[in-house]
Amino acid sequence: MVMFGFFTQSVWSPYLAGAGIGILSCLALMVADRPLGCSTAFVKARGLIGKIINPEKTEKMAYYQDIVPKVDWAFMIIPGIIIGAFLSSVLSGTFHLIWVPALWGSVFGDDAVLRVIVALAGGILLGFGARWAGGCTSGHGISGSIQLSLASMITAAFFFAGGIAVALLLYRVIGVAIP
Amino acid sequence: MTSLAAIRQSSRAQIVLGLITGICFGFLLNKGGATDYNVIENQLLLTDFTVIKLMLSAVIVGMAVFPVLKHYGYANLHAAHGALGSNVIGGLIFGAGFALLGYCPGTVAGAVGTGALDALIGGMVGMLIGAGIFAEFYPALNAGILNRAPLPAVTIPELLRTNTVVTVVLLEAGMIGFLLLLEYAGL
Repeated sequence: MVMFGFFTQSVWSPYLAGAGIGILSCLALMVADRPLGCSTAFVKARGLIGKIINPEKTEKMAYYQDIVPKVDWAFMIIPGIIIGAFLSSVLSGTFHLIWVPALWGSVFGDDAVLRVIVALAGGILLGFGARWAGGCTSGHGISGSIQLSLASMITAAFFFAGGIAVALLLYRVIGVAIP
Repeated sequence: MTSLAAIRQSSRAQIVLGLITGICFGFLLNKGGATDYNVIENQLLLTDFTVIKLMLSAVIVGMAVFPVLKHYGYANLHAAHGALGSNVIGGLIFGAGFALLGYCPGTVAGAVGTGALDALIGGMVGMLIGAGIFAEFYPALNAGILNRAPLPAVTIPELLRTNTVVTVVLLEAGMIGFLLLLEYAGL
């Protein structure tokens, strides 16, 4: 019962959850011989969609020769994360369908359309930027740093530099200026 | 070790392991608080340091374990030779998206699992579009900007010409010191 109570807690210490992610990243390097990253899956999924809507063009695209659109280890990470977070949030009773996060709503209002448009723009930049940089917060930030990769540490620093600058602009400049 | 090679080569085992790895990752991200827009955005606004605590703990543990795995042949180095054109510019574009969306590519999927519809309809759809745009422009980008100003080394020990163990110890001390400082400052 003590064990079960642990799993129904809504949050753990970030140090404990983080240590678990560190172990998981090492296990991934062992069993899959790959860094634990998340942005590759989106390329694979996009390639699979491309194969349905325009197979001839997709087959010829150079990027999909490097990152082959198929259902494999890297692809399965994303459905896995959705399931894992779903299980965790249902166990702790924190699962809620929402359109507008509280912090966003407190500054920009509860209009779901505005939130989705900005989220979509952010998603496009995130997907584009992750592939430009060759990885994401977990692939570069965690797995790359674990391996002492210079490129990964530089990339992770600029993820946060760019993120902090734009978040401050959004909330401390634009958010303050709007009526 | 032959069994490890067999697992790596079995495409069916890899699909199952990818799903299990993802489930564990999603579970830990949610328990760590990182599937919540408010937590991530407040990290970028420097008012909540949960995300940095989570990431640095992962790196502190992994950085100590990885060299041991590598030494005994259980893991290989997967570090690419970067370039400022790729890592700095890509990092800044990613950062802008990170702040607008309020999730990163892994936590956006985690947020979907907790019921965040802005993460599903905005974030995940946007990521697919962004990845597609990159694939479209990849040949031109790869011929130019992505390889502009290549980095002088692949790893930190190679750059500093230091021993791996010494580098790991120094970096670990730095990261632990930073976390202690955050706690000391009450952040």
